[in-house]
Amino acid sequence: MTLSFPPSEKKPLEGLQPKGWLRYLSFSLDHKVIGLQYLICGFIFYLIGGALAGAIRIELTSPLSDFLERDVYNQVLTLHGTIMIFLWIVPVVNGAFGNYLIPFYVGARDMAFPRLNAVAFWLIPPAGLMLITSYFINGAAQSGWTAYPPLSITTPAAGQIIWILSVLLLGGSSIFGGINFIATILKLRRPGLKLMQLPMYCWAMLGTSILVVLSTPVLAGTLILLSFDIVAHTGFFNPELGGNVIVYQHLFWFYSHPAVYIMVLPAFGLVSEILPVHCRKPLFGYITMVYSIMGIVVLGLVVWAHHMFTSGTPPWMRLFFTIATAFIAVPTGIKFFNWVATLWGGKISLNSAILFSCGFIINFVLGGITGVALAQVPFDIHVHDTYFVVAHFHYIVYGGSVFVIFSSIYHWFPKFTGKLLNENLGRFHFLITFIGFNLCFAPQHWLGLNGMPRRVAEYDPQFTFVNQLSSIGALLMALSTLPFLWNVLQSLLKGPKSGDNPWKALTPEWLTSSPPPVENWLGEAPLVTEPYGYGKKKKIVLAIKSEKEDKENI
Amino acid sequence: MLSPITIISFLVSICLIIGGIWVGNNVNLLPAVASTNAPIYDELFKVLFAIGTILFIGMSGLVIFSLIKFRRKPGDVDDGESIEGNLSLEILWTAIPAIVVLFVGLYSYDIYDRMGGMESLGSHNNHSHHINEERRIWGGIGSSNSIESPLNASSTPLTVDLSAMQFAFIFHYPEGDIISGELHVPVDKPIALTMESKDVIHAFWVPEFRLKQDVIPGQPTILNFTPTKVGRFPIICAELCGPYHGGMRATVVVEKEEDYQQWYKQNAKQVDLEV
Repeated sequence: MTLSFPPSEKKPLEGLQPKGWLRYLSFSLDHKVIGLQYLICGFIFYLIGGALAGAIRIELTSPLSDFLERDVYNQVLTLHGTIMIFLWIVPVVNGAFGNYLIPFYVGARDMAFPRLNAVAFWLIPPAGLMLITSYFINGAAQSGWTAYPPLSITTPAAGQIIWILSVLLLGGSSIFGGINFIATILKLRRPGLKLMQLPMYCWAMLGTSILVVLSTPVLAGTLILLSFDIVAHTGFFNPELGGNVIVYQHLFWFYSHPAVYIMVLPAFGLVSEILPVHCRKPLFGYITMVYSIMGIVVLGLVVWAHHMFTSGTPPWMRLFFTIATAFIAVPTGIKFFNWVATLWGGKISLNSAILFSCGFIINFVLGGITGVALAQVPFDIHVHDTYFVVAHFHYIVYGGSVFVIFSSIYHWFPKFTGKLLNENLGRFHFLITFIGFNLCFAPQHWLGLNGMPRRVAEYDPQFTFVNQLSSIGALLMALSTLPFLWNVLQSLLKGPKSGDNPWKALTPEWLTSSPPPVENWLGEAPLVTEPYGYGKKKKIVLAIKSEKEDKENI
Repeated sequence: MLSPITIISFLVSICLIIGGIWVGNNVNLLPAVASTNAPIYDELFKVLFAIGTILFIGMSGLVIFSLIKFRRKPGDVDDGESIEGNLSLEILWTAIPAIVVLFVGLYSYDIYDRMGGMESLGSHNNHSHHINEERRIWGGIGSSNSIESPLNASSTPLTVDLSAMQFAFIFHYPEGDIISGELHVPVDKPIALTMESKDVIHAFWVPEFRLKQDVIPGQPTILNFTPTKVGRFPIICAELCGPYHGGMRATVVVEKEEDYQQWYKQNAKQVDLEV
């Protein structure tokens, strides 16, 4: 069954929300407003998480623990991890772009459950505020974003409990979002639009949402048990009361490994949308892309114990998880080869969006290679819990997801605002980010191999120089935000008008005005069966003409 | 028959592969080798480093080459070619990573086996009576001594108990009842560590041995190794264990047999047994 949505006559949504920028502070039901709420809120948390990262890098410029108090340092690293994962990357690659784009892509006027959607967003600011303010109430959690017991049971309880509550709220928000995406993609498709005609980001979000719905409840249950251990002195994970600390790790990573895919699969989807537009070529290998997303979803659920190779896992388990993990490289590799094939023979505009996307490909390939190495038990036994892992992880989530977020902002900014960003500033932003990022994280591979564990405030003085190098990279990354913010502000205030479709893109969100009206289309949603039909002149003309006719008719 | 492009890409691939293998063999990113485990590890590292270099340079090279070669010329408003896929190419780049991953997997299994990872835990551990039978022993890595160091093929391993606590490692030698903050071991002798934590999770890591094993409260873990180089090496806690985690370090002192015996005699409680 597929529901069709005739244009509503009453326009109920417009009456329900304030006009102008106040919309973004309201309980708006418009998926576009909610999408931008996610994006702006996420970016504010990114700046906070980035400041915390800055504090960590300042501490690490000298081998002694001399900048932050030791327990504050642990609070800072816990908050940095939690904020960046749960309040920046997950909400933005899923919530922000998912809410904004998915209804356009399926030809719907809004998400399947608009109220649930607004609730999902409005859980995030209080959860984030709670998490950050816990620092001022007796100290924030200090057991890392992994919160392994018994450390999380023995550190000050207030901060840890607030951390748990806030992650539970964020997990709830994530589940609401996931259900909404699955329902929207499967049930709100415009009549005549087949699943295999959907833009790739829909497939990425479908896969991601399946992971969210299957694995997030496990994290929620685990954290509730952990909170019982802390508050009610139960013994689920407390060895003194007969509990088992390894069980927590299994349950935690059953969510938190898929969480990595929850952060990167949508990014894969976004890149698949951006590349064809700016290369003027169809996305290469649509069908293998779809299957590889689903392959990653299935494999992503059965690899969690590779985080526990040194925890005391039996040999058979180590081998199983090695093989399962290494095989994720196959579907992931297909996607990367297909993207390169999309670039190949195109007519590439070297703009900020394409540069960030290509930066993503290069960074993520390196992160993927170190990932396959880390999957090998004998390799991991040396570098587990060291800066090698820190480097690998940041190549995946910063070099991967965050680069894609910036690429997406450059690509969709005209859609959001009707204004163009300054491309020269954008390229400058890319250059500093790319250099800073690689300078910050590439040397950390060496640190890990040579004996620097992660999450330390002090280290062997032989690592001082390389750590300082890494801190200079972090400084560049921090500075790179300035041209970006300046660019966005300038463009919002007095940027040139972009027109409805500055990139001459064929995906459905561009076949309406920029910014789009409430309920997305003035007339009926266009039927886009070939979102990547570049190089096929006639169809482009037809699609844009029908859009113009729609406008004239109304 | 062959077009110049085929020949050029063939030559580039060959150069890339040779370059990658050269990098893998000649760029050393690892610390000193000080256990029977370490050279096996380094062999795996070289292979992974070579494959990784080839893939990384190859992929980034393709991306950068495409950006330069296929950039839009000013004034060109045409689209690129409408190529939507190529089944044989897609099969090729499914098969190549699959083969590489399978090779890496099998090879690392072999490495793991040579490190002793597949041996039943505690098989060389002659003091298992210290551990309550009902508690499960969780594996670090088995012993590789019998194959790797023929000098001591028949010798039983030296057993040491490690207990970790915030923020120290304490070593207990059951034989001689020595308690020490430094781990003294004779060179070329297999060592069996039985580890347990008193409070939170810690990890025992010696980078020069290429070995790491979590030290867990409530569950003993085992780690076997044979040091091969005389010297002092850092023991580092690798699992976040509290405010002083970064300072939780100890030293393993690998000594010649006679130096070790001297240390042992000075510290052993029941000296009269020696007579």
